[in-house]
Amino acid sequence: MKPDSQSKSHRSLTLALLAIVAGAFGFGYLLVPLYDVFCEITGFGGRTNATAAVVEEAPDMSREIRVEFVTTVNSYAPFELAADVDSMTVHPGKMYFATFTAKNLASADKVAQAVPSVAPVSAAEHFTKIDCFCFTSQEFTAFEARAMPLQFIVDPELPDYVDTITLQYTFYDTARAAAINTF
Amino acid sequence: MSSTVADALDHHDEHGPAKGIGRWLFSTNHKDIGTMYLVFSLAMFLIGGLMALVIRSELAVPGLQFVHPEVFNQMTTMHALIMVFGAVMPAFVGLANWMIPLMIGAPDMALPRMNNWSFWILPVAFGILLSTLLMPGGAPASGWTMYPPLVLQTGDAFPFLIFSVHLMGLSSIMGAINVIVTIINMRAPDMSLLKMPMFVWTWLITAYLLIAVMPVLAGAVTMLLTDQFFGTSFFLAAGGGDPVMFQHIFWFFGHPEVYIMILPAFGVVSEIIPTFSRKHLFGHDSMVYAASSIAFLSFIVWAHHMFTVGMPLTGQMFFMFATMLIAVPTGVKVFNWVATMWRGAMTFETPMLFSLAFVFLFTIGGFSGLMLAIAPADIQYHDTYFVVAHFHYVLVPGSIFAIMAGAYYWLPKWTGHMYSERLGKLHFWSSTIFVNVTFFPMHFLGLAGMPRRIPDYSTQFTDFNTIASIGAFGFGLSQLIFVWVLVSAWKGQKATDRVWEGSHGLEWTLPSPAPYHSWDTPPKARIANEAFE
Repeated sequence: MKPDSQSKSHRSLTLALLAIVAGAFGFGYLLVPLYDVFCEITGFGGRTNATAAVVEEAPDMSREIRVEFVTTVNSYAPFELAADVDSMTVHPGKMYFATFTAKNLASADKVAQAVPSVAPVSAAEHFTKIDCFCFTSQEFTAFEARAMPLQFIVDPELPDYVDTITLQYTFYDTARAAAINTF
Repeated sequence: MSSTVADALDHHDEHGPAKGIGRWLFSTNHKDIGTMYLVFSLAMFLIGGLMALVIRSELAVPGLQFVHPEVFNQMTTMHALIMVFGAVMPAFVGLANWMIPLMIGAPDMALPRMNNWSFWILPVAFGILLSTLLMPGGAPASGWTMYPPLVLQTGDAFPFLIFSVHLMGLSSIMGAINVIVTIINMRAPDMSLLKMPMFVWTWLITAYLLIAVMPVLAGAVTMLLTDQFFGTSFFLAAGGGDPVMFQHIFWFFGHPEVYIMILPAFGVVSEIIPTFSRKHLFGHDSMVYAASSIAFLSFIVWAHHMFTVGMPLTGQMFFMFATMLIAVPTGVKVFNWVATMWRGAMTFETPMLFSLAFVFLFTIGGFSGLMLAIAPADIQYHDTYFVVAHFHYVLVPGSIFAIMAGAYYWLPKWTGHMYSERLGKLHFWSSTIFVNVTFFPMHFLGLAGMPRRIPDYSTQFTDFNTIASIGAFGFGLSQLIFVWVLVSAWKGQKATDRVWEGSHGLEWTLPSPAPYHSWDTPPKARIANEAFE
């Protein structure tokens, strides 16, 4: 093969391979939205709805489900968070209210964000939050304590083998996240 | 061909290597760059090995005796990063640089100046990585998998870790592009794709894996960087991200990565076993299809590293069965190697011994991999020493033994001198005995429940840990024999052109040592091969 025709075919193949490299780099980032879609559809990772949902009530009074509340505070967050009741017995298709009490332990104003997770995973897509303090970040003045509302409904489509649902909230200090970021 | 081109080629023939350090700094010669890759990877192998010995010293008896737990974690992390990206991968790129042009009849790699870059980025990358050992907060200590949020607690070393991974990726990508362009465009005119030697084939597949997944790793670590410094929340739950997503992205890179480290090893032993069995490779084409199937399957099994993070039953089933499916093409390969030896006139020179140990011990590592693939059982095995035993079996007597086999096999072609067979056999036997003394007890430790990445352990694990530590020191010292083999080979007996009685392929038709410029005019592959019949 003549050297110049060979260098031309080198160039076109190299460019094609570089395009694969660029595509693969982009694919890595594309996995982020794909993962979100995947989690929302399957409830993978215990993910539940992140914005308010509108659901019609259709109570199934013959079935009882135990809903347990668990709270965790991220180790960097100066807060207390506790459910006012540890668990509730609910009927699928009926709307319920629960309250949590949060307290800012710091002498400065703080902003908190609660992140929910539902176990078992197969229940996640059937646990619908009508209203939740986790939908937005919550502002607290120094040492402020207040009740935080949750309004939820369990979908009657919940698989038969599920009789207990655990709803877990982790409380983060959003400013702390920003502080880590700036080192 | 026009006369001007012929003149240019003649002129090309005359000049040898440049003098002094410039020969190496500015080299565009595939043989020089191959040598630099191999020497660099040997240096990294010894440094990473020293770190392994720090780990094994600490674990020799229960309790904390030599290092702080933070230093221990830095050692496990750095040992892995250095061995994966500094020792195994560059060693295979070095073999590719040296051997692919010789095997396919090409005068050099297709993109020689980029070749220079892809090598010289590596010492910079590892200089940066090793410098983190001296930084406030120490070297990265979160494991080579760099899982957030733990990795975000790394001290000043964090951005240096990310940038060194970027540079390693850049080097691998450029090396891979060079390999593909060389193989596709520069084969001898009568060498069709399916006539290519197995080593060339496995490297072609490996190179495609590299360009497909190294950029994904680059993206993942870039996300870590922006999470830490630029306020993004890819993996921070407080901002709506998900740390588990990192594991998915990482292992989407990570599983093809483990085949990047083993496919060229398959290629090396597929060259060596036929030579010392004095037969052709059994089932050449099925080997090609098996390697391609393994490469394809590597993209759809990543979540078997993550069975314990929680996933739907259907997901567990899919990843379990897809993983087990890999045993089929791998079984084809092992079958073909054994069938190649069947009724062959076998001799047992050092490269063959390393290849035989590879086939046997890699298969053990493959079997423990199958055990780990069983989703319900993996919940017990996850993050125990059983996993450590598994991946060390596939990487040490797997990849490293294949690299050693290749080094012994081609050393006479590189240097023109035979190494000392006596020293080579001593190196082989001590390595093989000690590698098993080191890693076999780890299976028992893992099944008994000893977690990995811990500096201390319950006393019931003492005996096996002590045995493993003795084995590790024995294995480490054995590698000094290899260094001595390399040094003493410079004065060894003169090698013939064909070197081995049963060798086939274009590289053996060149003089030993291979001239600085080879295949200035493309050879006839078929004629060259028939000369050996």
